[in-house]
Amino acid sequence: MPTFVYMTRCDGCGYCVDICPSDIMHIDKVTRRAYNIEPNMCWECYSCVKACPQDAIDVRGYADFAPLGHSVRVRRDEEKGVIAWRIKFRNGEKDMELLAPITTKPWGKHIPQLSDVPAPTQMMRDSQLLFNEPKYIRMDEGALHTLESNGLVMKEGVVY
Amino acid sequence: MIASNPFAELAAVIPPTAMQAYVVLMFLLVVAGTILDMLHKKSAQYFFENARKARKNATRTLGTGEKGALALKTVAKEVLTSGEFNNPKRRISHLFTMYGFIIFVVTTAILIFAYPTPDYPAPTVVPLLWHLGAAMLCLGGYWFWFSIRVDVASEGVKWYQLNGRGDLFIVGLLGMATFALLWSFSMGAGALNMLFFVLFVAFTTLLFGSVYWSKFAHMFFKPAAAFQKRVIKADGSRENMPAIYDVSDPEVQARFPDIPAYMGANPPNMGLGIKREAPNHF
Repeated sequence: MPTFVYMTRCDGCGYCVDICPSDIMHIDKVTRRAYNIEPNMCWECYSCVKACPQDAIDVRGYADFAPLGHSVRVRRDEEKGVIAWRIKFRNGEKDMELLAPITTKPWGKHIPQLSDVPAPTQMMRDSQLLFNEPKYIRMDEGALHTLESNGLVMKEGVVY
Repeated sequence: MIASNPFAELAAVIPPTAMQAYVVLMFLLVVAGTILDMLHKKSAQYFFENARKARKNATRTLGTGEKGALALKTVAKEVLTSGEFNNPKRRISHLFTMYGFIIFVVTTAILIFAYPTPDYPAPTVVPLLWHLGAAMLCLGGYWFWFSIRVDVASEGVKWYQLNGRGDLFIVGLLGMATFALLWSFSMGAGALNMLFFVLFVAFTTLLFGSVYWSKFAHMFFKPAAAFQKRVIKADGSRENMPAIYDVSDPEVQARFPDIPAYMGANPPNMGLGIKREAPNHF
């Protein structure tokens, strides 16, 4: 499902070019608008789609396996710290909107200053746990979080 | 110098009717180039098909008054103040170039048609505006050319490297405005003045004659695209995009409980994120 660019929307700012991990988003030399130079190499990470300030990038399915007429679009609002997805099924009836937080703290603040942290002891170095692991996986609060401990139940099949 | 009408002095060499015919020819070239460009790129067809698709997905129908209000907003923001540019430098440079071009072209037409010979002296303000338009065009254009042009700003291309078709429009604009000013300032300098005039005409012909190949026609289809962008937001079709939510709205929080659970009832502004850094892609 490679990305493509709506040329009337794109203003050639280059955020997609910067962020593409496969380096396949480029600026067209004549029109000065972004385009995907190698759709076969696109792994649909959606980075460019989310980074585009003009909502000019979309992702389409290959006609041989993706249901034509569907749509998966996303708007990442960094100032609000949320991401919104809209998934439309090709039957034209199922139209889902999702909204989820992507940060709980302002961007660029609260970056861990590792140089200020005391060096690990030999015992910590020999341990199988990684840096700050008990704290980060919240083992300190008791034990590992599981479905049961969070009051959740595993359901069979595909659940929307 | 900047208060004198250069076309009146030119009338001693070139008859005013020839100048007027040239202006009409340039106008016709723009019309023909735009129509051919539209037919070739099928931009009008795309625009109407897209609008029809959007109408099919619309959740409400817009009245004529509402569409008129959207058109006025498009004119006020996207057309008159180049509001669609996120980069403020690009926006200011575009405003200089756009208004410089408009002032220059309109005053050129006024000078050539209304005050073609020294027998009809032009009010001082018209030649002044003509020079001001050319200077604004140069300011915005050279700023764009030397530092804002994506090839130079982000792709590591040197300012003197031409990019063929991609640069046709800006080269035409800059050549026209620069040699117009040089021609006007070198009045009475003989061969040098004639050289500047020939270059002025050559670049003007390049600008207006290359509409089919250059991005000149963007001034016609960009406003249409900006208007359509407003329509899809207003009629609810949104090109399949998700809604823009107000995360502090209790209804939104009830629908998406993760928002208050992780971000609190009144989420703060999180700042610019990746937009803190301008893209700089090599």
